[in-house]
Amino acid sequence: MKEQFTPKIVGFLCNWCSYAGADLAGSAKLEILPSLTVIRVMCSSRIDSNLVLTTLLLGADGILIAGCHPGDCHYEKGNYYARRRFALLRKVVETLKIDPERLQLSWVSASEGKRYAEVVNQFTDKIRKLGPNPIQTNPYL
Amino acid sequence: MDKVLKINESVEKSIINLLKFLLESKKINGVFTLRKLYDNDSVGYSLITDVSELDNAVPFYPLMTANAGKILSHFTQKKPIKKPIAAVLRPCELRAFVELVKREQGSLENFLFISSSCGGVFPIKTVEPDKYISNYWDTVKNADISADIRPTCKACEYFTPYNADITVSLIGEKKLDKECRIFLNTDKANKIVKGFTGEMLEEKLESSEISSLLDKRKTEKKKLFDEIHIEDLGLEGMVEVFGKCIGCHVCSRVCPICYCILCDFESATYDYSQYDYEKELHKKGGLRLPPDTIFFQIGRLTHMSFSCVGCGMCTDVCPVDIPVAAIFQKTGEETRQLFDYLPGKDVEEKIPVMIFKEEEFTELGE
Repeated sequence: MKEQFTPKIVGFLCNWCSYAGADLAGSAKLEILPSLTVIRVMCSSRIDSNLVLTTLLLGADGILIAGCHPGDCHYEKGNYYARRRFALLRKVVETLKIDPERLQLSWVSASEGKRYAEVVNQFTDKIRKLGPNPIQTNPYL
Repeated sequence: MDKVLKINESVEKSIINLLKFLLESKKINGVFTLRKLYDNDSVGYSLITDVSELDNAVPFYPLMTANAGKILSHFTQKKPIKKPIAAVLRPCELRAFVELVKREQGSLENFLFISSSCGGVFPIKTVEPDKYISNYWDTVKNADISADIRPTCKACEYFTPYNADITVSLIGEKKLDKECRIFLNTDKANKIVKGFTGEMLEEKLESSEISSLLDKRKTEKKKLFDEIHIEDLGLEGMVEVFGKCIGCHVCSRVCPICYCILCDFESATYDYSQYDYEKELHKKGGLRLPPDTIFFQIGRLTHMSFSCVGCGMCTDVCPVDIPVAAIFQKTGEETRQLFDYLPGKDVEEKIPVMIFKEEEFTELGE
């Protein structure tokens, strides 16, 4: 049987909602595909576009940024800033036609363990369809 | 209708006379303008307080030796200037200064801004620019695009100034050598020119010449973008365009918007360790040196493309002739549209990454 491609996805999870959501999903023993490497950040707005770009250019197949739902930010408005910055980053990547599909922003709250599992699984499926990041084999980057 | 002062003398002379008048009558204490530096015709920005020095001034000489916005920010960074100064600069330079002020890197206080409708500037590398100058002024008179100016200038749509106290009309002025029309946009300008000889009129800066030049520039912009296939660059295209990059980062050093002294890209954060090299080599079997062909530019695009004023300094100084400015112009266009923002238009308007609206981008966040 041909082995299925397991993408390498880097997930930046906000400490207060999404990371706790991931924790909940784990303790509820929900089935989550083993594709996501988690990096915990204090707030989704802490993620500089450079972090995402280095991750992408070093060959991650997908990047997930997850934070509290709009209006629920632990720091009141961090995720609104994060959303704006994500829109900006995506626009830049879109304009230069560099796979904007590999970036995703999701809102997962601390009580949404099930949703966390869904988000990860769906995103993994999406990246599977896209295939491995072509950057991985390009020696000129 | 705007208030216009018509002076019966060539543009350059009129402005120098006006500056002399302002300096002599102590309405201003200094002038910031382009000036011939030595006998060998080099030109550069100067601060002038001595009236006789103004004889060497060439306020509208088509060279941008550095973005004036960046220079002005340098000496107003800590605190505003105490005594009034008249600054003669181009529309994009003024917009760059306003962008820097928004980032708390300067102050507009006590400046009298004199700008003009702009016909573009020569690349800095132009040898003996004096040779091309009569041709340049002919194209300005006819509202045409000079063949000798920066490619970025050829494609610039924002050639009339925002936030200028005084706008000198250049584009389409058939009688440039005989008369000069200066538009007094603010009360400050109206007050300060009192006592200077000239005819007061009521006119509009917008003219058929200006809109015809705008159309020509738009066509030129499309041509510039098509030349580097910006619409379908993709990863391969980006690598091709930036493949020659030697990583000197001079494009960001001259960029008026890139003000950070400790630039993230200059820090050790993204340096490759031996382990990183090994890891990458293991993956790819080969690695370009220095690494990160496109990371620096894409990163910079996400940091400040929405504020790019399109002055073209970056392309101008690039030692390997990468069309950096064109890529910033195109990406900037897109990101500005995203936030409905025009850099340098309004000093009160916050830069897009410092604000948000609760109801926007709701489609994001799957």
